[in-house]
Amino acid sequence: MLITVNGEKKETPEGLTISGLLQFLKVQSERVAVELNLDIVKKDRYSTTPVKEGDSVEIVSFMAGGRD
Amino acid sequence: MPDDKLIIAGIEFKSRLWVGTGKYRDFEETRRAVEASGADVVTVSVRRVNIIDRGKENLLDHIDPKKYKILPNTAGCYTAKDAVRTAMLAAEAGISKMVKLEVIGDEKTLFPDNEATLEAAAILIKEGLIVLPYMSDDPIMAKKLVALGCPAVMPLAAPIGSGLGIRNPYNIRIIMETVKTPVIVDAGVGTASDVAFAMELGCDAVLLNTAIAGAKDPIKMAEAMKYGVLAGRLAYKAGRIPRKLYATASSPIEGMIGT
Repeated sequence: MLITVNGEKKETPEGLTISGLLQFLKVQSERVAVELNLDIVKKDRYSTTPVKEGDSVEIVSFMAGGRD
Repeated sequence: MPDDKLIIAGIEFKSRLWVGTGKYRDFEETRRAVEASGADVVTVSVRRVNIIDRGKENLLDHIDPKKYKILPNTAGCYTAKDAVRTAMLAAEAGISKMVKLEVIGDEKTLFPDNEATLEAAAILIKEGLIVLPYMSDDPIMAKKLVALGCPAVMPLAAPIGSGLGIRNPYNIRIIMETVKTPVIVDAGVGTASDVAFAMELGCDAVLLNTAIAGAKDPIKMAEAMKYGVLAGRLAYKAGRIPRKLYATASSPIEGMIGT
């Protein structure tokens, strides 16, 4: 299915959950936060939240940056 | 000064120097500078994970969250909406509910948009976050943010990255008299004496990044900042002598030869 991840179109296997998507993308689920269609998905919901065709997912983490 | 603790929202901080992690050459330099600074708070930004190149190293592999308090910020946000979204994601990804809120007003000055900051702070506090707001050196703004529930305020010393030092020490003093919360000077300091000056004024902590990362030798400057904070804090606690126009001899007159 075609979804948008971090602003990029991405072809993924059908019927993924958020957990499955993170695995597919090889992203470790610790220290990340996930938004599905602008709503935050809590970590304990990753394995039960399905991702559907056309969904938009944001995966963020902590990066260098601070008081410039 | 073991009894001189900085506590914000029930959290105890070991150091009064807080540092950012931007603009370093690499993660190794970041790690060494942070270590040399003695800081226990390290600010980080919240950004998209690189899903194309997963082999890239992560900052937190070098800055151990067990050793440092990781303080996510909303740097780069220009609207209350973006800042709220970023801060909520940070709280979800992070170890604590403490975030540094910044809503920038324009690119040239990077001055905060105070109105949008108030709006975002109100929402985030309702959501249960601990909000440390970056703001202009405006006592009225400080009062409003504290009234909303911010446990500390972070007025700028000068524009971000300018290295100008504290441009309006009088406003910083009025802010400290206006609010009972800790006051953390954020942005604009250039060197160790700026940091010492902020602490001598009675500020509770200083947050900086460029002054260390941009120095010719960031590791040395990090160490200098550590001593700047310690010296300034001690001087504040010691209580400086009043400024006088004329001399006062420090040696006794009595017992001088020829009298």
